[in-house]
This record gives sequence, structure tokens and C-alpha cells, in this order.
Amino acid sequence: MTIVFGIFLLTLLVITALGIVHTRNLFVAVMLLGIFSLLIALNFFILDAADVALTEAAVGAGISTVLFLGALALTSERERLGTRHRWLSLAVVASATLVVLYATFDKPRFGDPNAPVHQHVAPWYLEKTPEYVDIPNVVTAVLGSFRGYDTLGEVFVVFTAGIGVLFLLSSRRGGANHRPPGERDASGIGLREHVIPRVVGRLLVPFILLFGLYVQFHGEYGPGGGFQAGALIAAAFILYALIEGEDRTLAAVPQRWLNALMVGGALLYGGVGLAGIVLGSNFLDYSVLGADPVAGQHLGIILIEAGVGMTVTGTLLSIFHAFAARDRA
Amino acid sequence: MMDLILDVVSWALLSAGGVFVLIGGIGALRMPNLYTRMHAASVTDTMGAVLVLTGVMLQAGLSLATIKLAAILLFLLITSPTASYALASAALLAGIKPDAGHAADEATDS
Amino acid sequence: MELLGLYHYWVFVVLLMIGFYAVVAKVNLIKKLIGLSLFQSAVFLLYITMSKVSGGTAPIVLPGMVDPLYSNPLPQVLILTAIVVGISTTALGLGIVVRIKEEYGTTEEHEIQEIDRR
Repeated sequence: MTIVFGIFLLTLLVITALGIVHTRNLFVAVMLLGIFSLLIALNFFILDAADVALTEAAVGAGISTVLFLGALALTSERERLGTRHRWLSLAVVASATLVVLYATFDKPRFGDPNAPVHQHVAPWYLEKTPEYVDIPNVVTAVLGSFRGYDTLGEVFVVFTAGIGVLFLLSSRRGGANHRPPGERDASGIGLREHVIPRVVGRLLVPFILLFGLYVQFHGEYGPGGGFQAGALIAAAFILYALIEGEDRTLAAVPQRWLNALMVGGALLYGGVGLAGIVLGSNFLDYSVLGADPVAGQHLGIILIEAGVGMTVTGTLLSIFHAFAARDRA
Repeated sequence: MMDLILDVVSWALLSAGGVFVLIGGIGALRMPNLYTRMHAASVTDTMGAVLVLTGVMLQAGLSLATIKLAAILLFLLITSPTASYALASAALLAGIKPDAGHAADEATDS
Repeated sequence: MELLGLYHYWVFVVLLMIGFYAVVAKVNLIKKLIGLSLFQSAVFLLYITMSKVSGGTAPIVLPGMVDPLYSNPLPQVLILTAIVVGISTTALGLGIVVRIKEEYGTTEEHEIQEIDRR
């Protein structure tokens, strides 16, 4: 029965993707992209990937939609010319489709336990996690401990993207003629005149923050972890900014703190890795951090997840403020 | 015996919730105007969500999952009408007029 | 039953090609970025489809489970990283598009090339 539901969701995915590409109104395309992300998150959950579903829902359906809308507000909302070289593109796409379709016939059967991807490393992770790391969520154990080096690189990628957007969008356009903050035009007020979203939003923000902290610290026992928590906490502040206006949000959490969060998270992760060297073992070896190796692994995973959460929160909020504070033409 | 009654009641609630979701979907497609479509779709958020989640809560019995489901229901009931309100006021700001749409014109013409 | 499994891979191919078509054929820069996002999501779908084991559950090792069968955690870890990297590159791309709009006045690719040629 779950398979039928999965097939239904996949068909909806294809229809939504066709709608996204076909429509000329970019606002509609971004909204459909949000629906696409939610549908694919549901599909991930059916395929037993709970962490990935949570991340896709938080990052794809939440943050990505907000960033696209911020960019749309600064550019134009409609496509003027739709497609160029339509038949040539269709020919290229059709030939690529045939090639990849031919490849799918050699793929392992769906759900086959003897597929090559389930041999060698994955059973070793499933078997050794209770012994080496002793936390229930194997995905967090692999992400934080066994494959910690990849996650370090990812934190640096997020950090670099934050720096890149700040370089691109933090200088005031026009240079000398920027208005003082008091004369900000109506776009900075947010939804302050509307009572209902304001009341409900202010009611919800502490609960979203609480849930974000729960996901951060509970990532070892269930689906969760630093990335999802970072996206959730950033979403709470973005909700506050949408309701109360961007100025008040910057007054609540200044840009200096966001910079400190971004840098501090990456430094924390790197620091934990270097602490492994200082205490006599390899880089990113958590076993030497505690009294016995398992306690050391627990401490190491908590610290690096905190680092990941800090960097993701700081970066996503900095990017949001960079888009929202940009003066429109 | 108690299990059977619980099962029957929860299945009835789930089916009724499904019927309301279907009604909301049909309404969102067939209504003539943006505002009437939103009104129809809000049936899904309220009646559909309440019935489906109550049915699932009966299935879960008295456990932590029931409390989590009750929390989800509470947050859904708080946020969905707010989202509909924000959508409707954004549509008003964008200039979409809440007239009755083409169906009313056809009715008065004939 | 085999057709059911192949359906997942075919949907992956269709989504991949829809995203690819949007990147190649569409002229608006933001539409291209949306197509890139679709392309990335299709690749995620492929990996997670490969990680599923029939009759398995999510890879959370709880005590007291007798002879459990877990789905593969390794592709899930890879895709977790990939989702966050994808949103980072999308944000950076959107920043570049906003700056292009401010400098050139347009986000349509042929008009930008026209201005560059002058």
C-alpha cells in the first residue's frame, strides 16, 4: 500500500515539475517549487530517510522559497521571452533522456537487499555504531563521526556561500545616496498593520525556536541534527522579520552576532578536530576527548553538531538580511 | 471488544476526514473566484485535519505519540487560518477584486 | 513488480530532464536557477531510492529490536550534505542574479549578451 502512495507522490512530482517549467510567472514557479520540495520530502519519508525528509522540508520548502522570493522582489516577476532554440534544446534533452533511460535498465531492483550499495561499508556502519559511538541514530553517527571530514567540508561550503552573498549584496547600491534608516520606505514595516498574523506570529516564534533547539540536541536519538536545527532557528527569525520588519529583527539579533555565529560554528568544528591532534591522536578523532572512547565520541558529536547548527543559522540569516535589506530600484 | 470499537470509530473518523479533504479539493478546483477557492480549501485545513488527526490519535492509544499528534493539531489549527488570512489580504493588496466571478454573470444573463 | 521498481528510476530520469531543459532552454536567469534546483532534487531522489531496502525501517538502532532490517544510512548522509550545499549554491547564484539585474537592468540572457556585445 505504501508503494501505491509512493507512486502517486512521484506522479504528482512530475506534474508539479512540468508546471514549474511551463509557467511564465516566476512567483507561481517559486510557489510550485515549494510544493515540489514538500512532496519530495514526503517521498523521502516513505523511503525510510527520516533525516533527509526533515532537512528537505526545512531547507527546501522553507528557506529556499524565502530566498527565491527575496530575489524576485529585487528583480522582475515575469519572464519576458520564454524559450530560445526550443527544438534544438528538446533534441538535446530527448537524446540525453534516452541515454539515461537505457542506463536505468541495469540498475538494481528497487529494495533489493543484495544490491551493491548495501554491501561492504553500510553493514559495517550499522554493526559498529552501537560499539564505537553508541547513539541510536546511525545517520548522525556516520555524519558526525565516521564521515566527519565530509561534514567539515560542508560547514566550510555553507560558510563560503554566506561570505559570498555578503560580498555581493552588502554594499549599498548607488554608493553615496543611501537613506538614513529612519526614512526607510514602507517595505521595511512588514506586516505590522495586520493584527492577526502579528499576534499568531509572535505566539509561534518561541515555539519554533524551542523546536529548533529540540531538533539540535535530539539529533542523536531520532531524526534531527545541526542542519535541520539551523534551518528551523533561521526560519523563526525570518518569520519575525516578515511580521515586524527587518529593522527590528536586526535590532534583536545584530549582524555582528550573525557573523560571530557563522565564524564560531566553523571554528568550533575545526577546533574539535585540532583538539584530537593536540591530545595525541588523529585529526577529528573524538575518542581522545573523553574518559573512554565512547564518551569522547558523544562529546565530539555534540560539539560538532552545535558548530554545524551555529554556522547554518548565521549563514541563512545573513543571506536573508542581505536580500531583504537591499534597496529596490 | 474495546479494540474493535476503537478501530471502527477511528476508521469512521479517517474516512470522514478523507471526504472533507476531497470536498475541499473539488471546491478549490470548481469555485469561480480566488476568494471562494480559498474558502473551499480551508475546509481541508480545519475539518479534514481535525478528523484525520483524531482518527490517528485513537489508533495510537494513550502514548507519547498521541500528545505529539495533539500538539500538531493545535499548531495546524493556529497557523492554517492565519495563512489563509495573509493570503487573502495579500490578494486584496494586489488588486484582485472579491466579486462573484463568471458564474454569477452567467446566472444573471440567463 | 519489476515495473514498480523501474517507475522510481523513470521518474528520476523525467525530473532530471525537466530540470535540464529548464537550464538549457529558458532565457530568464532565475528560471535557470529553478531548473538547477529541480535537477538537484532529482539526483537526491535517485540516491534515496537506492538506499531503500524492502521491509526495512529507518536506520535508528533502538534497544530491544529483534533481528531488524535497516535501510542503508550511507546515501542518506551523502544527500543530507548535498541538500545543504545545494541551498548554499542557490543562494549564491541568486545573489549574482540580483547584482546582474542591478548592473545590466535585465535578467534575460539574450539581452545581457546583447549589452555585452556593444
